[in-house]
Amino acid sequence: MNRDYFSFFGIEPQLALDPISLQQRFYELSRQWHPDRFARRPASEQMEALDNTALLNDAFRTLKDPVERAEYVLSRYGRGLEDGAGKQVPPDLLEEVFEMNMALDELKEGDASARPQLESARANFTALLSEIDADLERQFLRWDSVKNAETLSAVRTLLNKRKYIVNLVNTATLALGN
Amino acid sequence: MGTFQIDFGDSAAPVVVGIDLGTTNSLVAYLDAGAPRVIPGADGDPLVPSVVSIPAQADHIVGNPACAALLTSPADTIYSVKRLMGKGAADVQDEVKLFPFRIAAGSESVIRLEAGGRQFTAPEVSAFILRQLKLNAEAHLGRAVTQAVITVPAYFNDAQRQATKDAGRIAGLEVLRLVNEPTAAALAYGIDKRKQGTVAVYDLGGGTFDISILKLQDGIFEVLATGGDTHLGGDDFDNLLLRVALEDIASEWGTDLSSSGEAVQRLRRAVIDAKHVLSTLPVTHIRFAWEGREYARELTRENFERLITPIVDGTLQPCRQCMADAKVTPEKIDEVVLVGGSTRIPLVRAAVKRLFRARPHTELDPDKVVALGAAVQAGILSGAVEDQLLLDVTPLSLGIETMGGLISKIIHRNSTIPASATETFTTAVDGQTNVLIHVLQGEREMVRDCRSLARFDLKGIDPMPAGLPKIEVRFLIDANGILNVTAWETRTGKEQTVEIKPSYGLTDDQVERMIVESIDKAEADFQERQVREARVEADHIMAALEKARRNDAYYELSETDRSAIQKAHNELLLVYHGDDHHLIMEKIEQLNQATHTLAENMMNTAVNTALKGTKI
Repeated sequence: MNRDYFSFFGIEPQLALDPISLQQRFYELSRQWHPDRFARRPASEQMEALDNTALLNDAFRTLKDPVERAEYVLSRYGRGLEDGAGKQVPPDLLEEVFEMNMALDELKEGDASARPQLESARANFTALLSEIDADLERQFLRWDSVKNAETLSAVRTLLNKRKYIVNLVNTATLALGN
Repeated sequence: MGTFQIDFGDSAAPVVVGIDLGTTNSLVAYLDAGAPRVIPGADGDPLVPSVVSIPAQADHIVGNPACAALLTSPADTIYSVKRLMGKGAADVQDEVKLFPFRIAAGSESVIRLEAGGRQFTAPEVSAFILRQLKLNAEAHLGRAVTQAVITVPAYFNDAQRQATKDAGRIAGLEVLRLVNEPTAAALAYGIDKRKQGTVAVYDLGGGTFDISILKLQDGIFEVLATGGDTHLGGDDFDNLLLRVALEDIASEWGTDLSSSGEAVQRLRRAVIDAKHVLSTLPVTHIRFAWEGREYARELTRENFERLITPIVDGTLQPCRQCMADAKVTPEKIDEVVLVGGSTRIPLVRAAVKRLFRARPHTELDPDKVVALGAAVQAGILSGAVEDQLLLDVTPLSLGIETMGGLISKIIHRNSTIPASATETFTTAVDGQTNVLIHVLQGEREMVRDCRSLARFDLKGIDPMPAGLPKIEVRFLIDANGILNVTAWETRTGKEQTVEIKPSYGLTDDQVERMIVESIDKAEADFQERQVREARVEADHIMAALEKARRNDAYYELSETDRSAIQKAHNELLLVYHGDDHHLIMEKIEQLNQATHTLAENMMNTAVNTALKGTKI
């Protein structure tokens, strides 16, 4: 039940994965384990194929997405690094978040003049997201080479911040209606 | 010995057929030496209309003959039953008004239809259609067919899939796989082409709409995302036209025909004919005659298009959502495949072309392509097709009810199947011995906005203080898109009893009972058919004898031969009206033996006459 996704794919635990070779490996393992290949086999083998394919699909879904992959690695190797669920405001963003919330309130009260302010806040946060993703990519590579707790902790902080900003951008988009 | 080595290996292996169980038409296909082929019915037509007529005092009829019955006995004739699969009465309130058949009381969780003075669930009616396809395949292939792949709309939920599987079981078919219709179509297109790239399949059938986006690479057909509406299709176009025509007639004739089943069905036929014509011509007439009065209304393609535009537009939002889910833009779509009869409508084609900016593929008949693809999938399962593999997804998110009517999603839509999720549950009260889990499907956050799938009752938990038992529950969506649930106590590792209460559809016991009934019925049917066939054969031989008695050869027979023939003939007549086909066949054989000399003599006479003829 608790088989490691990386070992199922026959690879070392890593954060910076090559998506193309992961996909190739996914296809190979699908050809090996998909229930379609076991339709004429005994029930016990069919069950094994079903279990393995479910695991394969769950693993591929998790590993192909950088954020989900990182959460998975943290859940297995980052003991004590709790998922912040993006609830806490990253301290360096306090001021910008405050301003965006003001704009949101004004827009909600029918003040259309707050739109440009909200739009530029959204643009800023979207740009910040790309920066975080680039930072994450660097931390991913570092962890793959050193595998230390300090790097995982940095990944955790970046992921929490990322989650918070994604929520901000979504809220702004919802309010702006486009 | 051993001069020839004939390989009979394949003919001994059971054949797996592919079935497209459609809203309007159904088809069966098989893989013939690597190429999928549709199988024609007795009338030569591979398209079996999904219509079942169940008269009060006679056997049910299926397909083209049932279409005729739709006009003469509409109240006992069921069509578009697919729209009722996995549904409760409340789901179909609106369209029921236009159906000529009745829905029985107490159809909240399973719809029961009344026909011929009896009641049938949707899976039972679908089983009639499946059994007809099974018979057609058996007659064509000359061997028993017991295993099938059946297609379903990609957007079918768990209950609708389960209902389809139940229908197969009731019809005596082991359903090896349910395959999504758009995916099947992609398989049919991809079979002989080493295609790479991204393909969108737009499938607008009689009652359902599906959109799927697939990635093709090295024989792998990976579905990236799917979407649709299981309640949108050609039937809706018909119903729109029907409403217009009924209103028109009401104002023209001063009579409301909508309560007359027969009139409505005739008018429905007329609007469908007009709809079909408008796919090739710019203008036509809806023509309808009733009780000596005639109605003819001009219908232009322009008017028709204006009428159906909202419905066609309704298919575009799921397409955009599907592209977003698949993380592709229209430019990334290499090809578009059209499936379903409604894609013959020029407005539909234009809308698809505009949206995906690619010319749609129509090389394969949109009515047959799904069945052909199902046959390919049947080949994959039987091992006949080795290099192709289909990786499909679940169309709807799976969630469990949590506090306050909220849903916690455990498997997200567009996850490749089989997919699983494991959750831990515990008790809330001291000594609690069971835990109830409510499972739903849908994308919304609240229980009331999603489709209830089932309640799973974890039973027989040892009484312990609250929160102490730890029960792991594994939710597994299998390759058919159907949910399986298993549970175990984590401390003891003991498997937990799970009682399933489906919200819509039949329980396993109910299906079992239907299977037993249908086998009894099928055996009776089979008996009757054999008797009928034996009588037909008896008719043939007796007619031939009648003719031979006028031949000179008959008089050249010895007295003994003639009386032997007479005796055998009399004995056949005696058993002819009985219901023992073995006895009839035995007496036919006896008569055959008795007339052996006669036949030889006749042959000689014929040869002699012919020889004489050549001399002259």
